[in-house]
Amino acid sequence: MVRVATLTPTPLLRMSPTQTAGAVTLARPCWGQFLETPRVSGKKEGAACGQSPEDRAKTVAEMKLILQTLGFPWHFVALEEVFGLSPSVLRCSAQEPVGAVGTYKVAVDSFLQQQHTLGTERAGGSPSPAQGEEWLSPPGTQESQDPAGPPPAAQTEALSRLFGSVKTLTAKEEFLHTLRTHLILHVARTHGYSKVMTGDSCTRLAIKLMTSLALGRGAFLAWDTGFSDERHGDVVVVRPMRDHTLKEVAFYNRLFAVPSVFTPAIDTKAPEKASVHRLMEGFLLRLQAQFPSTVSTVYRTSEKLVKAPRDGCAAGPRCLLCMCTLDVDAADSATAFGAQTSGFSQTQPPTPRAGAGAPTEAGGAQDRCRGAGPCGREDSRAQVIEQLCYGCRANMKDVPSLDLLPPYILAEAQLRSQRASQEIQEYLVENGAEEMQTAESRAWGHQESGARIA
Amino acid sequence: MPAPQCASCHAARAALRRPRSGQALCGACFCAAFEAEVLHTVLAGRLLPPGAVVAVGASGGKDSTVLAHVLRELAPRLGVSLRLVAVDEGIGGYRDAALAAVRRQAARWDLPLTVVAYADLFGGWTMDAVARSTAGSGRSRACCTFCGVLRRRALEEGARLVGATHIVTGHNADDMAETVLMNFLRGDAGRLARGGGLGSRGEGGALPRCRPLQLASQKEVVLYAHFRRLDYFSEECVYAPEAFRGHARHLLKLLEAARPSAALDLVHSAERLALAPAARPPPPGACSRCGALASRALCQACALLDGLQRGRPRLAIGKGRGGRDEEGSSGPPPPPPSDPGSAPGPAAGGCGATCKERCE
Repeated sequence: MVRVATLTPTPLLRMSPTQTAGAVTLARPCWGQFLETPRVSGKKEGAACGQSPEDRAKTVAEMKLILQTLGFPWHFVALEEVFGLSPSVLRCSAQEPVGAVGTYKVAVDSFLQQQHTLGTERAGGSPSPAQGEEWLSPPGTQESQDPAGPPPAAQTEALSRLFGSVKTLTAKEEFLHTLRTHLILHVARTHGYSKVMTGDSCTRLAIKLMTSLALGRGAFLAWDTGFSDERHGDVVVVRPMRDHTLKEVAFYNRLFAVPSVFTPAIDTKAPEKASVHRLMEGFLLRLQAQFPSTVSTVYRTSEKLVKAPRDGCAAGPRCLLCMCTLDVDAADSATAFGAQTSGFSQTQPPTPRAGAGAPTEAGGAQDRCRGAGPCGREDSRAQVIEQLCYGCRANMKDVPSLDLLPPYILAEAQLRSQRASQEIQEYLVENGAEEMQTAESRAWGHQESGARIA
Repeated sequence: MPAPQCASCHAARAALRRPRSGQALCGACFCAAFEAEVLHTVLAGRLLPPGAVVAVGASGGKDSTVLAHVLRELAPRLGVSLRLVAVDEGIGGYRDAALAAVRRQAARWDLPLTVVAYADLFGGWTMDAVARSTAGSGRSRACCTFCGVLRRRALEEGARLVGATHIVTGHNADDMAETVLMNFLRGDAGRLARGGGLGSRGEGGALPRCRPLQLASQKEVVLYAHFRRLDYFSEECVYAPEAFRGHARHLLKLLEAARPSAALDLVHSAERLALAPAARPPPPGACSRCGALASRALCQACALLDGLQRGRPRLAIGKGRGGRDEEGSSGPPPPPPSDPGSAPGPAAGGCGATCKERCE
């Protein structure tokens, strides 16, 4: 028997009808055999969307009503809590103890305790329903069943500042998605859930597929839009509604009077050209009106994708944010060149480089300090960027200051680069170290210094 | 406000900002940088080994004009010799004017020019005739599908005529990005699997093809042509508005407004798509009719021409296409029954309207 957390209904407006429909389906007897005590978690993202506290409280009250009728246990989590997460969230499955980071909250310890006592899904164990009831008042401080108190104002402000500083709506949406994933992961791990279900419908997934393609995440499409997403190790994200189009979901909700809550999302009322997500959504839905098979065609293509990394690439380092295997190898990557040449003209004279370079982590700190500007900040920014996949790097370009990121991300970046620098010590001290740096690191260094000159 | 200094030579006034990096450069430095980047692409990918005879597909448009010019500049360094090959599809009111531009270029640059015509190669089928034959179905005519396939064959024939060892075409980054979008929207997994990379190596007797301008953005190609004062033909093909690629092009324009690096991001995505082995095209063999490279019994060109001859132009378009005789299909399995009635994809030519046979 599997313990499952279902995500419903999130304030991201278009998600809620689907996810409520999903949850209602779960409540029906036919699912009872497969699922034990599914739980439902709602998320409050009001701060990121700029909602006032009264609006947020109202939304939460509405959601509470719906969740109570479902009959499942539920949690509420505020997005601000990302500021209290521990770096263990970013790891595939916490194997080594995180005792070194003693400043983190009790929830981390309780999480570790639960890890040891519960066992993961692989161990086949899962507490019986009677014991499951105890989890309704969990030991950790992160979740609040009754969101009587709003999250601390400092965290809300930090969140608003973070989202305010991101330059483009595209990057905001991507970032929101990332943070949300991490938070859900944390909730799932804290309560010992092995699966998380999301209510993505066929239409949504087709849009997500095209958007990910446009954002440079072609390597990870199978994880982002497939049925199951196991990149986090112990927690698996499944998408049971992926065969149903939005229209079907709407009909279902209407016929079975499924209640849903509308909350403004981060891109509500934004003009269509504001972000890649909006553009793609508008484009696909318009094309669908003209060629009715568009969405299903795109969806079928997604079924043909496999989760293998490109042939030859072994399991390499993982991206800091999206936890997919990094897809920025320097050798014979056409786009690595493309990124490089945007800063190419500054190097005199342009000598043809073979393109083969040391692994991505070999980008040292020296290159960064060459340009003007405070060395320390460039260093830590470069550190974080090195550990990101292509798509996440492109998003980070729109985040001017990494200091506003939640501390767990920065801490994990630090940890990883310390580990990595030990491996590449030999490269860093050689004379030709600069020549061995990857196109990527050079491009980033040059792009940043290029922006200052132009 | 006076224009900033050129960021590269610091001597002249900047005349433009590069679209990708926003860097301000003067005309000469920009052209030098552009050429250096193309040189790098060719060298890094080892696309044109020294001593190669390179057939440049010249259409008279900006991409092939810029390509020919840049390669002509770089030819001494690369140690290759160039031949211009132009294809005459027989589109009245468009191709004749474009060919005139190609002839002028050949004269100016003193490069040998060979013109191959559809009418000669494909038994009298010009694009206008194809368009007339495929018209009247209510949906888009799909004549661009024909043109694309036949043109590649024609280019190959022309290259062989002049004794070339490599073929180059002027596709730029935007073209590649549009292709990726288009293939995804049409669900063309075979092409997606084949796509990416800097060009085909040329298996089984086909000449190796590459696209040296693959990483240059379209805007930069136009800027280069402007600064070098190149003479090219800039009209759109008569049939272009009906092509499905127009949708992809429109989408790409929108994406570039939201995110300037969209074209490169798409190319990056395409390079790293991991398709299931079942979705990949079978290893190529030889066409049973003409001996050219083919994944099935008949190569696509022969299959399309076959359809035209029989008066069933959409025979070879759509899923399960290529080499379908009455015996049955040797192509990929038909789409799963859970998807009833949906056409294989826009402009891949759903046969609903006129054709009685269901070629899936």
